[in-house]
Amino acid sequence: MTKGVAITGMGIISAIGNSVEENYISLIENKVAITRVENITTIHADINKVGEIKKTNDDLISELELPADNNFSRTAMIGTFAAKQAVKNAGITSINEFRTGLISATSVGGMDMTEKHYYDYFTHPELVKYISCHDGGDVADKIAEELGLKGMVTTISTACSSAANSIMLGARLIKTGKLDRVIVGGTDALAKFTINGFKTLMILSDEYNKPFDNNRKGLNLGEAAAYLVLESDEIVEKQNKKVLARVLGYGNANDAFHQTASSENGDGAYLAMKKAFEVAGIKPSQIDYINVHGTATPNNDLSEGRAIKRIYENEDVPDFSSTKPFTGHTLAAAAAIEAVYSVLALQNNVVYPNLNFETQMEEFDLTPQTSLKNKNIEHVLSNSFGFGGNCSTLIFSKSE
Amino acid sequence: MKTYINGIGCISTQKTFDTVFLEEAVHNHDENVLKIVAPVYKDYISPAASRRMAKGVKNGIVASAIAMKDAQVEKVDAIITGTGLGCIEDSEKFLTNILDNNEQFLTPTSFIQSTHNTVGAQIALLQQCKGYNFTYVNGAVSFESALLDAKMQIEEGEAQSVLIGGVDENGAYTTALFKLSGRIKPDNQQPYHLLDSTTSGAVYGEGASFFVLENKRKENTYAEVLDIAIVNTLNVNEIADEVKSFLKSNGLEISDIDALVLGFDGNVDFEFYYKNLAEKAFTETPVLYYKHLSGEYDTASAFALWMAAKVLQTQEIPEIIKVNSVTKSSYKTILLYNQLNGKNHSFTLISK
Repeated sequence: MTKGVAITGMGIISAIGNSVEENYISLIENKVAITRVENITTIHADINKVGEIKKTNDDLISELELPADNNFSRTAMIGTFAAKQAVKNAGITSINEFRTGLISATSVGGMDMTEKHYYDYFTHPELVKYISCHDGGDVADKIAEELGLKGMVTTISTACSSAANSIMLGARLIKTGKLDRVIVGGTDALAKFTINGFKTLMILSDEYNKPFDNNRKGLNLGEAAAYLVLESDEIVEKQNKKVLARVLGYGNANDAFHQTASSENGDGAYLAMKKAFEVAGIKPSQIDYINVHGTATPNNDLSEGRAIKRIYENEDVPDFSSTKPFTGHTLAAAAAIEAVYSVLALQNNVVYPNLNFETQMEEFDLTPQTSLKNKNIEHVLSNSFGFGGNCSTLIFSKSE
Repeated sequence: MKTYINGIGCISTQKTFDTVFLEEAVHNHDENVLKIVAPVYKDYISPAASRRMAKGVKNGIVASAIAMKDAQVEKVDAIITGTGLGCIEDSEKFLTNILDNNEQFLTPTSFIQSTHNTVGAQIALLQQCKGYNFTYVNGAVSFESALLDAKMQIEEGEAQSVLIGGVDENGAYTTALFKLSGRIKPDNQQPYHLLDSTTSGAVYGEGASFFVLENKRKENTYAEVLDIAIVNTLNVNEIADEVKSFLKSNGLEISDIDALVLGFDGNVDFEFYYKNLAEKAFTETPVLYYKHLSGEYDTASAFALWMAAKVLQTQEIPEIIKVNSVTKSSYKTILLYNQLNGKNHSFTLISK
């Protein structure tokens, strides 16, 4: 078994809290935050509830102490908010002291500003500054600037698996010695663009999402940002750093089935999990908790469930749950917030409840954990799947 | 494990397929937004499928097919793409429909295609490639991120062959916005110059450049990819030292570089990043440029890698891409440097 890459800091902002602690309390006290959208004007507000961060852009600008003439998209604001927390949590005071990188993830980038000002740019010169923030990379550039980070910065966009892939790349950059320290994660703000996009695909629920339930109707969208700090063992030893947990395994595969739907047998998901176990050097039976992708769309949960059944063949499937009933599906940020939740599960030895579950799916005998469960947790597996058949699995483990 | 470029395919604003090497290239001084020279799509994609596809997807599919054929491979272990704005025409279309129809009467097609990883996903779907599939979207380093990742995949032994590409397309509304924001040079200011430009902004372009990277040197190998470095923020006076230490970490000095490819884009506000390097550190080196041919766009540097690979293959530098008159008897090692607005610097080193 390999040792894995050390996680030394975490930061998060989501519908269920503005810090790691707040998110944890919400998870163990069943504080759901799927509500009517407040920060966006949309005709779907009454029908499709969302996991929204209840801070306005003005709140965020003042908390981040951004200048009045800033051109931050909301995605960049919440990203900066979470990344700053992570860096602080890791006790980093001199960001460029070691070879430090930032690997971010986003699906919409600055779409929130683009859609707000699209037709006004030509008549309102004061808005022109927002044109350049549409770019996905602008978000990471801004976070890097706010952190004072000058080294390697890049962004991954593979739809809803994006942040899993940024964590994966970060872990590989540490393992291969290309970087000493890397901040990894993702951010996505809610946008009319995505609300309508998912609406046209008919995968939004008009109720509260119920993952792995036979009567599930679809997902609730959400917005969030989360970042983790990964550091080399040399730095950990040198600075006597506290290791929160380790990234032990990772795998990415493509379903190569359909642009937006998953294959019935979950080939991509199966291959991603299989690869992650190979990298981690542990057996599926050693997993104590699976934080499933569990979007509560009919297609995802069936495909993911089948893939899990294939991985576990004749063995018992470990306790599993989706945390999306708490937060909504936060797209490119989802894997990052769920990475934070996975680390918290390891630290606190808990399995979170899969809320809203009532009826087992007829296709297989998989029942998620429906109430908070305390038990020793050594290894957590977290799945994230995205459009374009993009399937990613991460395995997090306790640090010895 | 070493990484070799064994196949290339380039769809660009020049004729870069069915030609030897830029012999028909034209430096267009009249347009501020250049369009691609379209390949015959039906040779690669059925007309029915083609009609539903975004421009970037079609170009990505054709460029990748050319690269795979060139490399004489039928499948790869991984597909990694870089794009600045993805299929921006579909983003524009979906957003326009939302705004114009008050969020009603929408269809999903353009939303689906607007996702940044559509090109990589569509290629995977066509080739039934179930391997590793990443898409990078970080402005000017989107393509270099894909290249770096692919090199790591090969070094770590996770993949023996990787298809990588940089792809971007022009969207009418977005180019209008870029003219407004100053990223693209204003209309009606012909002739548009590049090296001797006195104005801000760039002449814009689009394209798809794909490469097959493998862990084995073959007869048709163009180059070995020695190293890639991505640095977010550098001062102009830090560039020369950064280049020297990058070369040094690869056991090289400035005198070992047989050609330097720079991302001059005619933006007078930031060209000193290139000028300083060319005029102070690389005075004895042939210096090349390309954005007068490809136009500027987030993944234009993939066109530069295509060009550098061709120089190594043909051992010739076409007049049209020369910045200075320095020549060498043979071309073995080439350094590429690109940045945008003083951010997102990349250094790529390849060798025969």
